Formats: sequence, C-alpha cells, structure tokens
Amino acid sequence: MVEKFFQDHERKMPRDSLITSENDSEQDAGLSLQEEHESKTHRTKRRDGDRQKKKRRNERRKGGTRAGEGEEDLQAVSEKRERSKRKRAKSKQETSRRENNEEEEAQLTGGKGTKARKDIRNEKTRRMEKEEVREVEENVDKGKKKQGSTKKGEKKEDGGKQLVKGKAREVKKKKHKKAETSSEPETSEEDDDEEEDNDKDVVRLECLSPEELEKLKEAVDERKKLIQSLRGKPWAMKKKLVTLRESQEFVEKYEGALGKGKGRKLYAYKVLMTKKWMKFQRDFENFKTACIPWEMKIKEIESHFGSSVASYFLFLRWMYGINMILFGLTFGLVMVPEALMGRPYGSMPRKTVPRAEEASAMDFAVLWDFGGYAQYSVLFYGYYNNQRTVGWLKFRMPLSYFLVGVGTVAYSYMVVIRTMARNANESGVGDDNSFNFSWKMFTSWDYLIGNAETADNKFASITTSFKEAILEEQESHKDDNIHLTRFLRVLANFLVLCCLAGSGYLIYFVVRRSQKFALDGLENHTWWERNEVNMVMSLLGMFCPMLFDVISTLENYHPRVALQWQLGRIFALFLGNLYTFIIALMDEINLKRKEEKIVKFNITTWEASLYNGTVSENSTASPVTIHPADVPRGPCWETMVGQEFVRLIISDTMTTYITLLIGDFLRAVLVRFLNYCWCWDLEAGFPSYSEFDVSGNVLGLIFNQGMIWMGSFYAPCLPALNVIRLHVSMYLQCWAVMCCNVPQERVFKASGSNNFYMAMLLVILFLSTLPAIYTIVSIPPSFDCGPFRLAIYYLQSTSKSYREANVELKKKLQMQNEENKRKNKRAALKAQMDLEEARMTAQEQQRNNNASVQDQENDTDIHGSGQRPYQEKYGCNPPPPVGGRGRQMPSSRDPGSRTYNRGNHGPSGYLPGFARQSEPRMYRVPSLQRH
Amino acid sequence: TRKEILRLFYRYRDLAPQLVPLDYTNHPDVKLPYELIGSMPELKDNPFRQRIAEVFSEDGEGNMTLDDFLDMFSVLSEMAPRDLKAYYAFKIYDFNNDDFICKSDLEKTLNKLTRNELTEDEVRMVCEKVIDEADLDNDGRLSLEDFQHMIVRAPDFLSTFHIRI
Repeated sequence: MVEKFFQDHERKMPRDSLITSENDSEQDAGLSLQEEHESKTHRTKRRDGDRQKKKRRNERRKGGTRAGEGEEDLQAVSEKRERSKRKRAKSKQETSRRENNEEEEAQLTGGKGTKARKDIRNEKTRRMEKEEVREVEENVDKGKKKQGSTKKGEKKEDGGKQLVKGKAREVKKKKHKKAETSSEPETSEEDDDEEEDNDKDVVRLECLSPEELEKLKEAVDERKKLIQSLRGKPWAMKKKLVTLRESQEFVEKYEGALGKGKGRKLYAYKVLMTKKWMKFQRDFENFKTACIPWEMKIKEIESHFGSSVASYFLFLRWMYGINMILFGLTFGLVMVPEALMGRPYGSMPRKTVPRAEEASAMDFAVLWDFGGYAQYSVLFYGYYNNQRTVGWLKFRMPLSYFLVGVGTVAYSYMVVIRTMARNANESGVGDDNSFNFSWKMFTSWDYLIGNAETADNKFASITTSFKEAILEEQESHKDDNIHLTRFLRVLANFLVLCCLAGSGYLIYFVVRRSQKFALDGLENHTWWERNEVNMVMSLLGMFCPMLFDVISTLENYHPRVALQWQLGRIFALFLGNLYTFIIALMDEINLKRKEEKIVKFNITTWEASLYNGTVSENSTASPVTIHPADVPRGPCWETMVGQEFVRLIISDTMTTYITLLIGDFLRAVLVRFLNYCWCWDLEAGFPSYSEFDVSGNVLGLIFNQGMIWMGSFYAPCLPALNVIRLHVSMYLQCWAVMCCNVPQERVFKASGSNNFYMAMLLVILFLSTLPAIYTIVSIPPSFDCGPFRLAIYYLQSTSKSYREANVELKKKLQMQNEENKRKNKRAALKAQMDLEEARMTAQEQQRNNNASVQDQENDTDIHGSGQRPYQEKYGCNPPPPVGGRGRQMPSSRDPGSRTYNRGNHGPSGYLPGFARQSEPRMYRVPSLQRH
Repeated sequence: TRKEILRLFYRYRDLAPQLVPLDYTNHPDVKLPYELIGSMPELKDNPFRQRIAEVFSEDGEGNMTLDDFLDMFSVLSEMAPRDLKAYYAFKIYDFNNDDFICKSDLEKTLNKLTRNELTEDEVRMVCEKVIDEADLDNDGRLSLEDFQHMIVRAPDFLSTFHIRI
C-alpha cells in the first residue's frame, strides 16, 4: 500500500509540478515543498526509513514496473491515484500544520526575523495570487483562492489544534500556511472532496469505451478553450477564478487519463515545453515593454494633456528610433572605418587644415561654425579619400559611402510607408459618420484624464462639441447656413492662398535682391541687407502661422480637422522656405564651381612649374615634399553644402530651445510670480500660460528630418547630430510641457492625425531626396575631395565625352560630306578641264596615239582622288572618338582648360590632328601625378 | 503582469493603509468604501466614477474588494479585449441596471458628460439622435447587441476607454 502510494505520488508529483508550475520560482517552490514534504514524512514515524525504500522503489520502477502497471486495471489505477491523493493531502496537511506550529513558535520567539521572512513569503504568494488575474492557465495559485472558499473546513481542523491561539495570530498563521502550501498538493487536497464523485464517474467512463473517451476528450478540449477565453468573459473575478480552477482541475484530471503509456510522458513534456515557451514569451513581452524608452513620461503627459500632445511625443520617439538607425548606418559603415582605417589626418591636402586657416582652426567660434578642424574631419564629405579600399579589411570606402547614402533614403522610405500602412490598418473602419452622436455620447470621455484642469477642459469641449453637433444637425435642415459656412471656408482658403502666394513672392524677391547684393560684394551693404533673406524667412515663419490661425477661425472646423488644415498650410509655407534655401545653396554651389575652375587652372600651372622645376634641377625626379597644408586646393562644394546643413540644424535647434526657454519657461515664471503684484489676473488674463503647440512642433520635427535626409550625403555627421538633438528635446520638452504649459482649451483626440504626420513626412522625404539626387547626379563632384572624384566623375566625363564625341563626329561627317562634294566637284571640274585639255591636245596632237592612254590614266586618277576622302574618313573614324575622349576627359575634369579647348574647337571642321591632341595630354599628366 | 498586479495592490492599499493588510494571503474580507475608490486621482475627475465602481463592485454599491479592484483595472487596461470592454462600457452606461440603455440612461450620461450645460431640448434631441442611430431593432432602447455593434466601429473607443495606472 505504502509502496503503491509512493509510486503514484512520485509519478504524479513531477508531472503535476511540471504541468502546473508556471514560473521557475514557483517550480522551485513546488520542488522545495516536495522536499520539505519528503523530509517531514521522513521524520514521521509512519514513514520511517522511507527514503531508502523509495530509492529502491525508484530503481525498481525504472526496471520493470511499467509493464506491470500497464497490466493493472485502469480503474484500479485511478482508484489508487485517488487514494494516494487523499493520503498525500492528509500528510501534507499534517506537515503543514506542524510546520505552522513550528513557525508560530519561531514567531513567538524570533520576532522580527521571522516576520521579515514571512513578509517575503507573503509577497511571493500575493504576487502569485495576483498573477491569476491575467495568467489564467496558471494552476498553482488557484489553490489559494479556492482555499479562501474552503477555508471554513480548514479552519475547523486548525481550530482543533490551535484553540489557544489568539485571533490575530491565527490569521497570521493561516496566511503563513497558505504561503507554505500554496503549491499543487494543497490544491489537490482541497479538490479531492469535491471531485470525488466526479472522479468515480470518470473511472467508469474510462472503462467504458473509446467513444466515451472521445467524448471526454472533447470535454477536455472545451474546458481548455474555456480557460483560454476566460479572460474575455465578463464575469466577476471570483467567478472567473472558480471556473478557471474547476476547468483546470478537469483538464488536468482527464488529460492524464487520456494519455497512455509513453504518450503520457511525451504529453507531459510537450505541456512543459509549451508552458516554458509561453512563460518565455511573456517575459520577453515584459522585457520589450520595459525597453521602450520614455514610456512612462509619455503616459504621464498623456494623462495630463490628452492624446494630441502625447501623439507629438510618440512621433518624436518614433523619429528618434529612425534616426538611431540612420546614425548606426552612417557611423558604423562610413565614419568609423574612415577614422580608423583611412589615411590619418594630415596625410593629404584634403585632410589637412590649410596654412591660411591654421591659426584660427581651433577657435571656438570657428569650430562652432563647423570650420577649421571640424571642416577637415570625418564629419564632412571632403575628408573622405577616393582610395578604392581602406585598411587591412580592404573596406571599399567609396562604395560603402554611396550605399549608405542610398540605404539611408531607401530605409526611410520603407519605414515611413510601412508605418503608414500599419496605421491605416489599425484605424480600419473609421470616418463612418453613421454613429456620430452615439460615439460622441459613449466614447468622447477620455478615461485617461486624471487632472482636474484637463477634466474641466474636457467637459467644456464635450459640451461644445455636442452643441456644435446639434447646431450642425439643425443646420443641415436649414440650407442657407451651410452655404454660409461653405462660403466662409472658401473665403478662408482663398485668403490663405493669398498669404502663401504673397510670402512666396516676398521670398523670391528677397532672394533675388540678395543675389544682386552678393554679386556686388557683401561688404558695402548694411547688416539688414546682408541678412535679409534669413530675417524675412523667420519673420514669415513666425507671423504666417498666426495669420492662418486667425483665418481658420472663420472656417469653424472641428479642432482635429482644423489642426490638419493648419498643419497643411504651415507645411506649404515651410516648403517655400526650404526651397528658397536650396536655391540659394545651388547658387552658392555654382559660385564655388566657378572658383574651382580658376583654382584648378592655377593648380595645374603651379604644379607644372613645380614639376618642370624639379625635373630640370635633378633628373632623379624625386617627389617634391611639400607640407599638405601648403598645397593649394579647390573649394570643396560638397563640404560647403554639408556645412550649411549642419549650421542650419544647429541654429534651428538653438532657436527651438531658446524659444522654449523664453517663450514657455520665462513666461510661466513671470506669470506665476508677477501675479502677486499685478493689477489684473495674469494667469487667467492676457499672458497666461502657453499651450503646447502641437502643429508647430510636429512641423519643426518633420522639416528637421527633411534637412537630415537632404544633407546626410554630404555630412555623414548629420544623423548623429539629430539623434543628440532629439534626445535633448525629448527631455527638455517633456519637462517644459509638464512644468510650464497648460492643457489646450479644446482637448481633442489625435487618433487620426498620426497618419497625417506620416503623410507629411513622406512628402518631405520625397521633396528632400529630389534636390539631393539632383546635385549628386547633375553636378560634377569636386576634383580634389571626397570619395567620388573618380567614380562619379568618370561616369559623367565618359558620358559627356561620348556625347561630345558624337556631336563632333556628326559635324565631321557633315563637313567631310561637304568636303567630298566639293572635292568631287573640283575633281569633276578638273576632269572636265583635263578632258578638254586632252581634247585640245588631242586636237593639237591628233597624230599621237598615246593620248587615249593618258586620258585613261587621268580618269583613274580622278576616281582615286574621289575615293580617297571616303577612305580617309572611314580610316579615321576610330580616332575621332578616341581623340574626343582624350580631349574631353581632362576638359571636364579640368574646367579651366575646357574653355581653352573649346576655344580650339571653335573653328571646327579640321580633321583630328595629332599635334593638337597632345596638348591636353600635357595637362593631364601633371594632374594625374599630383594625386 | 505580475508587476502590474503588484502595483495595483499597492495602489489599493494606499487608498486606505489602515484598512488593507499588507499581505493578502488569507483573503480578509476587506472592502474599500466608494468614497475612497472614487477619490483615486485616476477616477476622481471621471464623471462616471460612481457607475464604474458600482459595476465592478460585487455588492453593486461601489464598495470594492481587491478582487473587484483588480477586475476593474484589468478591464480598463490596454490589454483587455474589445468585446469585454464593450460589455463593461454597456454596464456602466446602463444606469438602472435593466440590461438596456434607455432614454433616461442616455439623459443621465449626457448630463454627466456635459455637466448639465445643455438645455433640456438639446438633451432630448441628442438622445433621440443616438437611439435613432444605434437602435437596430427599433425597440426604442439600446440592447447590448446594439451597443456593441455601435461601439466596435467607434475609432476612439479603445483609446479612450482605458485607465492607466
């Protein structure tokens, strides 16, 4: 009997603990309990020396009890199990009771130490208890709850032993007991009584037939389903728990019966694995949520300011993520390899601060402007070398640079579009106006609001929205009013368009004027004239949104719609800004390129003189050692562009922060503290506190990102800068919002506007890649800086030279045609003359027979000379392209000499002469050697 | 999750440290009166706080045990399924507990939402509109099915019908 009990017990214990224990800790608890249990039983007289027996039994069981067990009747098995369960339960109770007593004694004597221990345990149990709410499949904890209901019986039992103890202590003890026995055996202990009848039924069922088994299986599956869907059931927690427990009992009981022999083991293993997997998944989920940065901050803001403000911060966080990845790409694949493996600073002219700037290269003002050492560093395009591979890894730098540039843009497109698609999916069925009032009624209250001020605003906004809806409803019956609103809306749009056109013209005008000033030279103009463009732009950017705001009150839209309109309008305004900036930049690029031509020409002459000098002086032609700082160099327009973008970003960031500090913080401080000594209420009256400007901030973010996309090809440091900026502004704005902004007057939800942000981002992405691609493709790269002076240059020059060669070829063909015609004519004329001459001579010397022979010879001569041009042409056909390319290559590389060559080309129509062709080669040789 | 439950428990306990024991293993029969529940910062500005407490409490009067408390926040959490939320939302808006949202319920809801700032005519009109829109079986009141049908299409329901704690 005892043996059987132990057999069963042991077989059951591991399985149960496997199945039921959810967390490792709990499993541990279960195991330790088991151990405890065993040790206790060991101590009990009834089971003296059980351990050894058990061991023996274990071995025996491993040996051959399986077979015998198989032979045993199912009923017997289940009976046995039942009996064993009961016994186990009893013993368990006993042990736990004893333990409790012990604990109590310890408590009485031990004081705080035990209490602390108890606390820990209690916490554990409490935690477990709480777990139930969500982790339905958990079996272990249920026991406790159940215990709650079956407490009374237990109490009686306890009561017998512990009549003496005070009530308070009893409570403690019970708690304690629960803590101790919270694992599976307890469960079975308590369930036993209830489910005895059930059990017997099962037994009968099991012996009956496979059909019954099938039925049972179905029932089990049903219960399982119930367990899974329990969380979605609208029942009270207690009912849920009871049902859960019951069905889990059921499943556990009969599942065991359903599995047979080996299958059972496999099944237990499977169950174990699924549980482990689920636990892992849950942990992973928890980990993931814990990893989301700023989650709590954003939630806090959301609860104070509603979801529209929070949507900005979510957007900011999303942007931060993207920039992190862009930063990783540029930093990991471009900047670090170049810094580590590329040629070090000072090894080449492009990597050295020129002599003239050296004195001020470390000044803070210069560095702040990203000149000096910053300009000649990995931060900018110009620093990168055009070596094919870099370092011992043979890292292909130019290729990597190019791919990172492309990848940045491609990744951004992908992410933006994917997010848009996901957002669209999530919003799903929206914009259906059929339940307008019902939705207003039942979903307009934002349960997140936990702030009296926000709540007041919300009440007000709900009331107004209801009133608006009622008005609209009434208006929809009266048609004249809707015409009025329509008229007003059209009028508002017209006004806004006027504003936009006006500002566009103003910017255009100013830019034109500034170009004129720039041509005149900046020195002889006033400060205003020099900074006119910037000033006008920022003034426009400041006042136009206000104007739009005023205009939009005409339209009487819902604030969410109004926000979108506002966003769209400011977007258009900013676009004008952006594109004027780009146009100005293009002008500057052209200037730089003109300068470059001159510099290039100078360099070639400088080098030629240097080269000639050295060659003439010492014939060994040892390379002249000049410090790279002294080497003249072209103005690298790519670096210039990169610098412009970086400066723009920096100044933009600074402006944002400063407006934040002054406009929000200072205002709030003034309002708060001057309010005590002011003649009117500052907080409620005129200045009051500022609201958080969602539209402005979102647009700032979007345009900032556009700059990054545009400029990151020329300044790989831009994503890094942007990451820093976003990081800082996350904290700064969170703080500013919480400390010095007030919730908006009309709180509204921003559920739909997220995709609106995304759409704008996509437009900006597109618009910012356009100029970047344009500059990359159409403007030849600088000749002496950057990774692409060969690669792209080669493409461009070859295509250009082919084109020009083609043109030349055509010209030449034409010319030769004409020439041939002329020659033919001349030849024909000559032939005629010859003929006439011959005739004359023939007439003169008719007697001479040789005349006809000579005539024939002449004829062949004429034909030969007529054909020769063609032959010449075809024979020379290969040379022209070669010559053309040879000539054009340096010409496009060397704009200085191009004009010279063009000058030579001018009187076209000559056949490619070798003497002329050698001229450009002379240019080419030194220029190649210099590199 | 375990952490959330623990946090909820502490919140629950913070409401009345003298009433709630620190450890909860033996299910003391502790109930927090509605006054305490309703004074939680998450709820105190909510116009439906009384209804919420009533719906989730076992006795229907807003006095909550820990179970009820957990129940409430599990339903109002972000993780709860939409149908469950809809069911409880229905119960919350069903002021007289007759399993139908009738006109008087709607009026009460509306008055709570707007703090009685609408005139009676307006209230009546809005209620009529709501029933007009959402009542599918034309019995003049909203059943749970009507309500669910309407609420699952609402774009904002899930984002607004939850409480963060």
